[in-house]
Formats: sequence, structure tokens, C-alpha cells
Amino acid sequence: MTDRHTHDERGRIRISGFDSDRVRDREPMSDWTDESSGETVGRWRRGFRKFKRNRSAIGALVVVVVMALAAFFARPIEVFGVVVQPFSLAPYDPTTILYLGVDPSVNVYDPPSWQYPMGVDGSGRDLFSRLLVGGRYSLSIGFIVVGLTASFGLIYGSISGYYGGNVDELMMRIVDTIFAFPGLILALIIVAILGGGYWQLVLAFSLFGWAGYGRLVRGEVLKIKENEYVLAAKALGARDRSVVFRHIAPNAMPPLIVLASLNIGSVVIGVAALGFLGLGLDPSSAEWGTMLNATRSTLIQGPGGQIPWWATVYPGAAIFIFVMSMNMIGDGINDALDAQQTGVGRGGED
Amino acid sequence: MSLQRFILKRTLSIIPIMFGVSVITFGMFHLTPGDPVTRLVALNPDVTAAEEAALRQRWGLSGPVWEQYLDWISNVLVGDFGQELQTGREVSAIVWRRLPETIALGLFGWAFALVIAIPAGIYAAVNKNQLGDTISRFLALSGISIPNFWLGLILILIFSLYLGLFPVLAPSRQSLLSPEMLWYLILPGITIGTASAASIMRVMRTSMTEELNKEYVTAARAKGLPERTVILKHVLRNSLISVVTLAATLTASIVAGSVVVEVVFNWPGLGREFINAINQREINVVMAITLFTGFFVILANLVADIVYAALDPRIRYD
Repeated sequence: MTDRHTHDERGRIRISGFDSDRVRDREPMSDWTDESSGETVGRWRRGFRKFKRNRSAIGALVVVVVMALAAFFARPIEVFGVVVQPFSLAPYDPTTILYLGVDPSVNVYDPPSWQYPMGVDGSGRDLFSRLLVGGRYSLSIGFIVVGLTASFGLIYGSISGYYGGNVDELMMRIVDTIFAFPGLILALIIVAILGGGYWQLVLAFSLFGWAGYGRLVRGEVLKIKENEYVLAAKALGARDRSVVFRHIAPNAMPPLIVLASLNIGSVVIGVAALGFLGLGLDPSSAEWGTMLNATRSTLIQGPGGQIPWWATVYPGAAIFIFVMSMNMIGDGINDALDAQQTGVGRGGED
Repeated sequence: MSLQRFILKRTLSIIPIMFGVSVITFGMFHLTPGDPVTRLVALNPDVTAAEEAALRQRWGLSGPVWEQYLDWISNVLVGDFGQELQTGREVSAIVWRRLPETIALGLFGWAFALVIAIPAGIYAAVNKNQLGDTISRFLALSGISIPNFWLGLILILIFSLYLGLFPVLAPSRQSLLSPEMLWYLILPGITIGTASAASIMRVMRTSMTEELNKEYVTAARAKGLPERTVILKHVLRNSLISVVTLAATLTASIVAGSVVVEVVFNWPGLGREFINAINQREINVVMAITLFTGFFVILANLVADIVYAALDPRIRYD
């Protein structure tokens, strides 16, 4: 432990005109502090503390949690005939056509009112209910896809970076090849081949979506494997698998988590884009992009009289607010974990 | 290694990637069950087995997969992408006719992005942590998060329907380069360029902030150079290097964006053709456009790497 306290008096020589407090308070010459010498767990705890102080990230987290809860409690959920979630925030079923049975006075494209706060869509359904339920598709697909692709990318990149040589060369050429296609185009083709549907969408974004994580993790592993502790683990006779997954991979996590949090937004936009192009889910489903697809033609043709702006504004705003919040959280995590130097979340707040 | 050798080596390295791109494109359509002939036969049950075989022969769908692949790739290499299955039109002719429309749109979006993003990035970095910086950072974050199809619809809603400044749909055009054309380009161009503008602005701000902390900036200021000269002549030049790399990555996002934006604005380019082809199961068209996209992105990355190496003498070419 360095003692940085400076005494005014040394032996019989008295030093004057010297303020020892200034020395104590000045910037340290090195980055070493008691705090930074803590064990590895400290990094996560410090990151968490830093994240908690980031007001915009916390606000965004609240928004995402509220949206997720709203989607979850929008309509009752049944699993094999057993009701596991009995609450119902949405006043109507997302597929109920209001003028058939519920309220004959409702017309197609009725403007927002007290009873239907976001108006009525082109098929006479309550937009507010559809919006709440629609969150289920986007949010769950986003998290599932990112979970799958990040896990696979972690394994792929670790193997590629750790073994190096020809294995690495081949594995990285595969990643380069995938990178030559914009992700949306690949997803479009996969959905075109397999047909639309929930799990088809998950597959469409997962099948090639891991490449970015693979490349990132590989770069990290190349840096990490130069550390002495990796050599020490090998010298102690640890098997390759345990070196990679117990010593190397955990240290590649911070940039991976940042990239994953930023990617949830892109997947959600991608899913909505497919829905908008009419290739995602069933046209009657309440997915946000699919809802926009239904209103596009009305907008383009310009219906006589009133323009039904609500059918366009609200579903898109839901996607926008969710993705924006996810990106703010991603920026917050980036700052908290100091992943900046890896270049993942370049451009976030400093 | 000299710059020339680096360029040569980097150019040769795209050959295996291009091969991979063609394999993925081909494989996705030919390793999955249900080729066009099977689908056709399912729709018309009275097709005889002999007719089916003849059709397979004609569309290059007979024989083992690798033979089909060699057949296909050797045609592609001489620019023959086959015919549309339903109309018999040449696919390469369709692609060439649609391509200029998409290039015009992409270039406009790209130019829009650069014109907005670079000054905004400079402004934000110079006024770091002040109100202007906070606002522009918030706008950049919004630009990244906004779905481009929704942005397009909102622009149509505001500028076409409420303000009536633009026609909702561009009328059929004769010539690509005309003043009217530029007018129709504005809304789709802005839509396609917004996400890129936001990304470039964020990177510009970060790299400029980093540059501003370097010692040569202090030296230039100490020398008494006006702040304007320091920023525009010294700092800007160094911080643009990272923007160049990003601009290439954005080519892929602009290409993907064109698919969606062309559908929103009914723009007669490659992207809309791609969606039509997917809906009509015209696999030759889909494969041609996919392959084309892949090659285009590879070339853009190649150009970016070379420009990057040429701009920054510190880079080791290995």
C-alpha cells in the first residue's frame, strides 16, 4: 500500500511554502487506486452502480419494463387451457371487430375518443388494445433472437480466436461472407422460403444474426489470451475447454453485453419491417409492423375526408419508443462497463 | 508491405468471399424443400412426369445440387441470370433497368447523411456537454431508433397529405435526371439517409472529442492558430478517418433500407422489384438481386479499407 501522505517536516529540515494537501488531492500519476485493484466481481458491481446513476438509462429501463408489463398483462394468457395470467389491461380482444356485436355505432377509422383512446383501425378494431397486445410479438422475438445469437456468437468467436490458425481463417471467412449481406435481406429470403410465423421470424433473424457477435468476441479473445493468467491456467494443465469458457469467455462479456443490448432494437425494427412488407406474421395479427402495413395503402390513396393519422402514428410510435429506450439502455451499459475502448458502442455518452 | 501490395492482397481476398456469397445465395434456394417446379406441379396436378422432367431440365433444376450450382454460376459469370419463370423476360435486363433508380436514391440518402452529420458532429464535439450537444445527441439517438418505414409514412402524412408539398406518389417518370425527379427524391432520400446520418454523427462526435484531447491540438492552439483553423484543418482531417470506415458499413444498411423505403414510396427500384419477386416466387430475380447486393457491399468494404489505409499512414498493412 503506497502511503501518499507527505509530511511537512523531515528530520530537522522544515519545508515551508509547501501545501501537503495539494499533493494528496492532485490527480494520481497512474490509474492505480485502491478501488481499481479489487477483484473481478468489482467490475460488475461498479458498473451497476454507475448505471444506477445514469438518469436517462434508468428512465429508459422504466419505459421498457412498463411496456413489457403492459404487453404481458394486456390479455389473459392460457397455457394448455390453464389460465396463468388472468389480468386484462386491454379493453377488447385484438381481433374483435367492434361494429360486429360490440358497438354497432363504430365505423372503420373512427378517430380517437374516450372509449377508444387511440381510435379504430381500418378493419374496425380497437387500436389501443391491438397496440398493447402487439408488444408481445416484438418484445419477445427481440429478446429471444438476441439471446440465441449472442450465445452462439460467444461460442463461435471464442473457438475461432482461441485456436487461431487455419480454423480461425476459415471461421472468419464465413463471418465475412455473412457480412456481405444486409441482415434484413437474409431475413426476408428466409421468411420467403419458410413462410411467415412466430418461430420462422425467430429463425430468420437468428440464422445469420450471430456473425456480428462472433467477430466481436473473436477480437476480444485474441487480446485476452495474451494475458499471463491464461498461460498460468494452461501451465496448470487446464483443458482447452475450461481455459476458454472459464478464463477467456467471461472477460469478453462486457462488449458482448453492450452489443446485445443495442441489437435488441435492430431486431425489433427488423421484425416490424418484415411485418410492414407483409411477410412477417398473419395480416390480422396485432404485430406493430403488420398494423402499419394495413394502413399504408389508405394513406397513399388518401381516403376522402379525414386522414386517419392515428392508425399510422401510434403503432410506429410504439416501435420507436421501445427501440429508443433499448438504445439508451445500451448506451448506459456501454458507459457503465467501460466497453468504449473496444469500439462497440462508439458514439455513446462519454 | 507497401500500399500497392496491400491493395493487391486485399483485392484478391474478396474472391473467396464472393464465392461464399454465391454459395449462400444458391444454397438458400436449392437446399430447401419445394423448388419452383414442385410448387408448379402441386398447383397443376395434370402435369405429367415427363413434362415435369423437361421443365426441370429447362430451368436448370435437374441433376445433383453441385452440378446445378456450377451450371448457374457459370451463367452468372457471363452476366446471364436466367429468365423470369412466369414471363420469360431476361432477369439481367430487369436488374439493369431498376438499378439506376436505386443508385439515385442511395446516393441522395448518402449525401444527405454526410451533409447533415458531419457539421452536426463537429458542432457537438466542439460544444461538448452544452445544450446544443445534448439536443443533437438526442436527435442522433432518435435517428438511429426510428424505423425507416414509419419515418417515411410520417413524412408522407405531414408533407404530402397535410402540407401538400409533395405528391403522395411520384408519377411515372421518363428521365431519371431532371429537376422534377430531384423533387420526388427528397422524401425517400431523407428517409433512407436518416439512420446513417445519426450513426455518422455519433461517430464523428466521439472521434472528434478524442482528437481534441491530443497534444497537437494544444500545440496548434499555443502557436496562436485561430480555433477555426485548428478544428477545420487539423482535427477534422484526423477524425474523418473513422467516418470513412463507417460510411462503408452503412452501404449495407442503405441497401437494406432501400428495400423498405422503395416499398413505402412506391419507388421503382431494385428493392421494390425484390419484394415483388419474393411475393411472386421469382427465384431467379431474387437470387440475382441478392447476389448483386452481396457483391456491392463487398466492393464498398474493399474501397473503404483501401481509402482508410491510404489516409492513415500509421496503419500496418498486415
